Formats: sequence, C-alpha cells, structure tokens
Amino acid sequence: MLELEIDGKSLQVPEGSTVIEAAHAAGIYIPHFCYHKKLSIAANCRMCLVQVEKAPKPMPACATPVANGMKVFTHSELAVKAQKDVMEFLLINHPLDCPICDQGGECQLQDLAVGYGGTAARFQEEKRVVTNKNLGSLVATDMTRCINCTRCVRFTQEIAGLMELGQAFRGDRAEIMTFVERTIDSEISGNIIDLCPVGALTSKPFRFAARTWELSRRKSVSPHDALGSNLVVQVLHNQVKRVLPLENEAINECWLSDKERFSYEGLNSQGDNGRLVKPMVKQGGAWKEVDWNVALDYAAHALRDVAKNQGADALGALVSPHATLEEMALAGKLLRGLGSDNIDFRLRQSDFSLDGQRNGTPWLGMKIADISALDRVLVVGSFLRKDHPLIAQRLRQSAKKGAQISVLHATADDLYIKLFAQAIAAPAQLPALLAEVVKAVAHAKNATLGAEFEKVGSGETAQKIAASLVAGQSAGILLGNLAQQHPQAATLQRLAQQLANLLGAKFGFIGEAANSVGGHVAKACPQQGGRNAARLVAEPRKAYLVLGAEPELDCADGAAALAALKQAASVIVLSPFKSAAALEYADCLLPVSPFTETSGTFVNTEGRVQSFYAAAQPLGETRPAWKVLRVLGNLLEQAGFDYETSEQVRDDVLGGKPEFVAGLDNAVKAGALDLAASCSGIQRIADVPIHFADPLARRAPSLQATKDAAAPTARMNPALLAKLGIGDGQSVKVGAGGTALIAQLDAGVPEDCVRIAAAHAATVALGPLFGSLKVERA
Amino acid sequence: MGAIKDFIGSLLLTDFLKGMGVTGKYFFARKITVQYPDEKTPLGFRFRGLHALRRYPNGEERCIACKLCEAICPAMAITIESAERDDGTRRTTRYDIDLTKCIFCGYCEEACPVDAIVETHIFEYHGETRGDLHYTKQMLLANGDRYEEEIAKRRALDAPYR
Repeated sequence: MLELEIDGKSLQVPEGSTVIEAAHAAGIYIPHFCYHKKLSIAANCRMCLVQVEKAPKPMPACATPVANGMKVFTHSELAVKAQKDVMEFLLINHPLDCPICDQGGECQLQDLAVGYGGTAARFQEEKRVVTNKNLGSLVATDMTRCINCTRCVRFTQEIAGLMELGQAFRGDRAEIMTFVERTIDSEISGNIIDLCPVGALTSKPFRFAARTWELSRRKSVSPHDALGSNLVVQVLHNQVKRVLPLENEAINECWLSDKERFSYEGLNSQGDNGRLVKPMVKQGGAWKEVDWNVALDYAAHALRDVAKNQGADALGALVSPHATLEEMALAGKLLRGLGSDNIDFRLRQSDFSLDGQRNGTPWLGMKIADISALDRVLVVGSFLRKDHPLIAQRLRQSAKKGAQISVLHATADDLYIKLFAQAIAAPAQLPALLAEVVKAVAHAKNATLGAEFEKVGSGETAQKIAASLVAGQSAGILLGNLAQQHPQAATLQRLAQQLANLLGAKFGFIGEAANSVGGHVAKACPQQGGRNAARLVAEPRKAYLVLGAEPELDCADGAAALAALKQAASVIVLSPFKSAAALEYADCLLPVSPFTETSGTFVNTEGRVQSFYAAAQPLGETRPAWKVLRVLGNLLEQAGFDYETSEQVRDDVLGGKPEFVAGLDNAVKAGALDLAASCSGIQRIADVPIHFADPLARRAPSLQATKDAAAPTARMNPALLAKLGIGDGQSVKVGAGGTALIAQLDAGVPEDCVRIAAAHAATVALGPLFGSLKVERA
Repeated sequence: MGAIKDFIGSLLLTDFLKGMGVTGKYFFARKITVQYPDEKTPLGFRFRGLHALRRYPNGEERCIACKLCEAICPAMAITIESAERDDGTRRTTRYDIDLTKCIFCGYCEEACPVDAIVETHIFEYHGETRGDLHYTKQMLLANGDRYEEEIAKRRALDAPYR
C-alpha cells in the first residue's frame, strides 16, 4: 500500500494506482474526458491536470502513478488554472450547437464547461469542420464535435477486439475515422455512444427523438442472451425511447451488446409483422378482432375440448426460452392441470437423452465474474462472439492478461481473441474431437478411460489443448450454443464432464437464452416423461399453446414445427407480435406484454434471480402473459391459479426471492458414450445470427440493417465448392425443397459442410440445424 | 369626551362634507378611464401576449426542437415532439401550447436559443370552446407569419437591454 495526500486528505491506495483512481476512490472528483476505467490510459485530453508537490508543472492525474508520500492538489490555483486553460483549448473548435445535439443534457463537455469554461471565446479565427462518417445503421456521427479523446478508438481495439476506428492526421486536423469508408460492424459497437464524452457519436435510432431530461429511467433486465445484462430502459409518453446499460460488475460490467441496446425498436414495431394489440380469433377462415373475454373463452374451450375428446396427451406447449420465469411456471402448471406433460422451452435443442439423468439444473458452472479468473479456458461449440458478445469480451480481456483460451468448434470464425489453439471439425466429428482432448488429458494425468476411447486418435491440436489445460491452475470448460443444439449434445456434455473431472476444472453451459436456467427451475420442460421440444414437433399434437415463440424460426427443425402447427386443430398463440406464419397456423392470438410491459423474473446462466418491473404501460389491449395464463387457469377451473401479483408466482416457484436459485448442478449420471459420427454427406452447420435469435431482435429495423443481419448464404470451403463445381457468388439449390441461396467461399468451414444460418424465413424449409443437405448448382 | 365630539361632528355633517370633497376633487380632475375597445393603452415592447413561432427571412422555421422551452415552462403548457426531417435537420413534429395553462411568464422566450418562440403584443384573442385555446404548431407559425413585422420591431427595441 502507498500513502498519499489529496487535497489534504490522507489516503492509502494499492501499488500501481494512478492519482485519478486514488482520488475517485476517495470521492474527490477530478475532471476528465479521455480517462475511462475500462480502457487503457491515453492522457491526451489533459483535462485532469493536477498540481503535485515538488513537480514543476501540472501533471495528468490519469497517467501519474501514485508515489509514496505524494501530495496532490486538485483545486489549487495552479491546478484550476491549468484545467481552465485546457478547457479553453477544447472549446476552440467545439461547435456551440448544444440545442440540437443529442448529447445535450448528458454531455461531459457541457457539464465541465459550466465549471471550467470562460464566458466568451477569445478565438477569432475560423473553426475546424470535420466531415461526418458513415459508421453504419447504429451510430450517428457529428465529427465536428469530436475532442479527440480516442475513447472510441481504444474501445474498438481493446474491448471489441478489432480496431475499426483510428485517428488520422495531426494537430488540429486530427480526426477519428474508419478504415477506408468501412462501417463499424462490431456486435458491441453501441458502447462507443456511451463512451463518447461529447456528441460526436450518438445513437442513430434515437436520433432527435427526445432529450435526456424528459426520459424516465427504469431498471430492467435484458431478455436476450443468457447473461441477463442489467438495463436502464428510458421511457417517454409510455414509449420506450432508448436502452442504456446499468453498471453491474458481476454481469455486464458497463457494456451492452447492440442487440440488447437497440432491440427496443421492435417494441414499437407496427404493421403485419409488428405488435399485436388486440386479441384475435379466426372465425370461418377470417381473422376477427374480439374482446378479451371472448378470446379467453375461446382459448379455454379449445384446450378443454381437445383434452376431453382426444385425451390430454393431444395437447402440447412450446414456450420461448426468452419468456419470464412466471410465464413458464404458469404455462407448465396450466398444461399439467389439464393432464399433459408435453411442454418444453428448449426449442432449438435436439438431443434430450439426458432428461432424467441430470442431478440438477444445467448452468454456467461458475459465476460469470469467475470466467475472468480462469487461466485456461476451453470453449466447445460456440459462435461465442455473436451468441454471447459480453462473455467473449471477458475472455478477450483474460487472454490479454495471459489466460490461454482454446476453442473446439465447427467453424473458424474470428473471435478477435488471442487464441491459444483452435480446432475445427464438422459438427458430426465434434464429439470425436473433444474425445481426443479427453484422451490426451487422461494420458497426461495417467488416468484410465473407458473402452470407447480406444479408437480415438490424438491430433496435434488436441494434444496442444490438453497440455495447456493440464498446465493451468484453474481451468474452465464452456459449452456454447452449438454444443447444446448439437444432435449429440449428450455425448458432448458427458465428455466435457469427464474432462472437467480429470482436470479438476469447472464446466458449464453458456445458456442459449435469457431464461435457459429459469425454464428448468419453472419446470417448463417434461417432468414425467412428457414430450420434449423435438417430439412435440416430430409427433404432431392436436392442440398447441405457443408462448412468446415463433416456432418456425425458433425451433431446431423449423419446417417440421411449421407442419406440426399447421395440422393442429387449434393453436393458441400468446405473443407480443403478429407474424404471417402465426396468422396462418394459429386460430387464436392473444396479445401479451414484452419484457418492458410486464413484471417478471429472469434466471441468468449463473443462476442469478433477477426480477424486474414493467417500464411502460402495456400497449393497446396487451396484457402481461402471467395474467393471461392465470385467467386461463381460472376459466379451466384449475386449482392454484389465484395469484394477485407476479411476485407471488415467483415466490411460489422459488420459495421467496433468493439471490441464486438452488439445485444448480451440471453433473449427469454415468452412461454410455456414443462417439460415432451421426451424419453422412454434406452436413449443415447452422448458426443463429445474432440479430435473428429472438422475435424482438428480428423486428428492430436498425439491427436488421447491420451486416450481421445480411441474408443467409451457403458458405462452403474451397474444396467443396470445387468438388461441386460452384463458384463463389453463384446461386445454388439447397435441400430437398431446392431453397435458392448464394454460395459463398468461406475457408473457415470444414470440409463437406455447408454453413447456412437458421432463424431466417429464407432457410426455414431446410429443416434441422445440423441435418445433411444436398447442395447443387442452380 | 370623544363621544361628545363625535356627536357634535355628526350634527355638523363633517364626515359627509369630507367625503363629498373627495368626490368633487375627482369630478373636476383629468379623466384617465380608457374607453376600451375604442381606445387602448400603449403597450411596452416587452409585453407578453399570444405566442408565435417565427421563421427566418428565407421561410425556414427557426425552431430546432431543442425542447428548452418545454423544459422551463412552469405551467407545463408546451408539448413538443421531435424527429429528424428528411434533410437531416432536427425539427419538431408537434409543437403545442395550451393557452389555458399558460401563465405568460415569458420563460419560453428567454430559454429559446434561436428566438423561435416569442410572445407577441396580441392579447385580444378568444376561443369559444376550451379546445380553441390549444394552439398547434401550424397556428403558432401562422401567428408568426402574420405579426412578424411587429415582432421584429419589438425585438429590436429590446435588443440593447439583453
């Protein structure tokens, strides 16, 4: 510990601290622009100049390390004069357009100019003007306002992993720009809006929509990925205008992914694919808007009739994994009350052989913050950067600090992480590849393995990964979305468990959706041998209850899901949104609230219980889904549906409001390993593009205009393209239905595989995520 | 003693004569009653009456939707919605003043960075229903167009004191 004195206050700080850190820890504010606690130190704004005893000149507090016995004066005459002079320099070229600037009211420069700015400018010459840059559909620019703090440049380089912005030219001609007219395509690019201390980078969807002071700030939780990022939802006139991160060091730090930040646009979507605002019932083939009591009566009758006439087993429920804990619990209770156990929320999974074999609820296996403490990480089957941008960000920082990150995956996507090793194999070969690592680790640890491992080879990369894992102090194995959606997910999990046991490491799943853990806790999956998501689709039921999902896009086999729903006698859809498909297969549409209009709870991938309140009133006749399910339960005369609040439902499910749910355990009972490849011919690798993963993101126009939302292509490696005689950019026919796609050369796809995105209307007909496909020239 | 004095005074009608004295003084004094509406008192150039939205000489509306007037309005009489216009500039899509709420304090004029919202010298306006006093952007711009000459003259007179 070092001792220093700031403004006469004696402090003790750890070695290596800078003066600004010490001051902020002691509650002494030092004005600054370029300093940010999560970014490297640039010391180029000079706003944080302070006087240090015995130093001849003022020193930048952000770049001055604390020395023992140092005496710092932040408000001495010299310090304040230096700060005022710096402010005068900064304001020389800054335009006086605060009234039309979206940053006005939350601008660091504006705030500090009140304290340190002069009353009039002495600068009489012409001001600098910088042309605006096109950074894509999310970030708007007014580059004349830029004060060249380079926070955005450092963010793209250090946090997002790819230097997409840079500073060109010198002196007062210095400007921030992209590389040769490129846009910013990072999946966490929205954070540069928060980082910019002035109005140079602002939100494009929010542009000129409201002023900061008129927005209500309401806390919420992200309904997208499994992290459960904390949000501030900003509302004006009962409409969500903007979403900002709420700092939570244990979860999202101070960042948000673009999906979480901009998906709110979907909440205000209108038209045939937009928000559903009135209950609708199909009568004689025509849709009719009806009152709630008519629609609820209809839904209750439909469910009761099918249960009575065709047996309760003819009922099925498909629940979105993005639904709240309360909605899932009530949907499960409703269906079981009718005598059916056919309910599932794991819509994109296809291997359910571990059901009934688990010791507890599958989860991350560690706290999210603990990921940063691992020194060896093996990520299996994950489009990490797109599926979990903020976990990728954590691993990126770990890798910089010396952690060895290895990846086993089906494609060689660049994660912008300094990887130790990367092994790529077709999805069918992935279990064998993981088995190689297990075998190599067992060899190093002198452990004996089962007979299944006899035929397993020992590839060079597997050896390398194994050596890295064995040498570490604390290792972690993370199974991503692809590993969970894999047709042999059970094998992958058993292998990961074996590997973790050999290493004494932690292993876990990075959940697919906001409530992937919560679904298990709420029992929204079969409990007594009911039909799971795959069987619900493969063995069509007579009546379906669909909660918040769009099965044709959200299920492992969209085509089969669509067929199953179309043949059903009755499909009751509870959704915030209309869709062309739902209008075709459903016969009753009940408008339910999205996450901003209902109270509820998400259990994130580390098992953390995060309850939230509604941020806005329900739109039109929309009602919270838990209320709708409650009334359906009452109409069906079931016991135990007399909840007054969503908190009562939660307390019923969780026994109060614990910080973390109980019963988290990834371990499964011992069983046989099937390492045989499961696919022949050309295998599909289906990624779920980041902005197509859930119904809300699919309806956000700005997200849909990004490069991540480009139309799906058939990506193949050069060898396969040559074998099929197809050139890059030519159109191809894929699958039995002959879906027309454009072929794209992608050296990162393994041989005999074709990578085609799922969750897109254009690829629904292709069926399963990892099925074998026929590809031919169109 | 006082009671006797009051009694004598009442017999001599002194209070009555005093009162008549005042009446008589005003009877012959110069009359200041203004025969409104035939006659009107002069208005100061800072008089705060009916609101108007001004335009620049080239016809472009001045208002840039900064919402400072809305923020400062103590009666919350102003409602503004803003959006990006096709040419990329910040403009209002709605600018309403509820004159039944307005207290004519003039803070909106003071807050405006572009002299867009002003209070004119017009105080003679009425509405036959409550809604008539809800002025929309089009009505306020029309006010501005109609009285621009007078508004500009009054702003010029006020300029040296600002």
